[in-house]
Amino acid sequence: MILLRLFYEFFITGLFAFGGGLATIPFLREMATRTGWFTLEQLMDMIAISESTPGPIGINMATFAGFTTAGVLGGVIASLGLIVPSVIIATIVSRLLDRFRENSMVKSAFYGLRAASIGLIAAAGLSVLGMAMLNTELFSQTGAFLDLFNFKAMILAILLFVATNKLKAHPIIFLAGSAVVGIIFF
Amino acid sequence: MRPYIKLFLSFAYIGTVSFGGGYSMLPMFQRELVDKNGWLTEMEMADMFSVGQCLPGVIACNTAVFVGYKQKGVRGGIVSAFGAAFPSVVITLILAAIITNLADFPVVMRAFAGLRVGVSVLILNSVIKLWKQAIVDLAAIVIFAVVFLIAIFTSFPVAILVIVAGFIGIAVSSMRKGASE
Repeated sequence: MILLRLFYEFFITGLFAFGGGLATIPFLREMATRTGWFTLEQLMDMIAISESTPGPIGINMATFAGFTTAGVLGGVIASLGLIVPSVIIATIVSRLLDRFRENSMVKSAFYGLRAASIGLIAAAGLSVLGMAMLNTELFSQTGAFLDLFNFKAMILAILLFVATNKLKAHPIIFLAGSAVVGIIFF
Repeated sequence: MRPYIKLFLSFAYIGTVSFGGGYSMLPMFQRELVDKNGWLTEMEMADMFSVGQCLPGVIACNTAVFVGYKQKGVRGGIVSAFGAAFPSVVITLILAAIITNLADFPVVMRAFAGLRVGVSVLILNSVIKLWKQAIVDLAAIVIFAVVFLIAIFTSFPVAILVIVAGFIGIAVSSMRKGASE
């Protein structure tokens, strides 16, 4: 039964996530809070692993989330759910590939879809950022305002932001770097 | 049978050697499909990739379906999409199994605390990049802002937001067409 629900959840994600792997994050965040299959912290770890392993990020995340929820079979079923809408829609579009690109109705729909998709990714990104930068648990215990901020994480974030925009290196280099910084300083 | 196996293996190879997903996979697609196998021209590849990005779901699988369909019809498309996904599933399952067992070690926990910061910054960078491409005018900013605020402050279903935004895109464009005529 859990496998059927996993398939359904990822089918919906695959059907409505516009913009590749990152666009699945808002759906996974929603899934985490609604189903309790995995925590938001686990979701962040999944994103980190998915960005550092080969292949499409969406598939990596679906496999990881499915595995966390229901083991190996869960991982396979979740990925399958994510792929099936892709295969169906892309097969239909294959038949009319050229006409699809020039269709003005399609173009105008995408104008709205892209803006919405970025809004969703930005919202998910903000909650991820908040989780990495703020000690909400410590703050709720001590009530001290300064305890709310994870200053080490903030400094690392600023350094990484500058580095990723100045240096043209692969994302995996920066992720490896932040893991090393985490082991040494956090 | 041979051509299907070849499609599957080609896409499985692409899935194994490309890191980062989405846009960063295009060079691998070009090398394997255009240069090595000659299945399509550079132009066709770029076209398929750009339409693949527009469709929902996994960009690499969408593009794989187009290429496979051109070679061997519907079945070719299905085989190619599964080829692109296959190595990812296997590698992630192995990693997930290892990591789940190590998650309680302090060293691993600290590494992940660092990784989370890294991931946040990477997402921020992607949002900035996407913003430059797609937020082209005031109406797009309004759609972005409304969706962003709803997603932050409510638990409104994400899928419905996406559908409504599509229709608003059509409505805005047709109103503009009406105004310019």
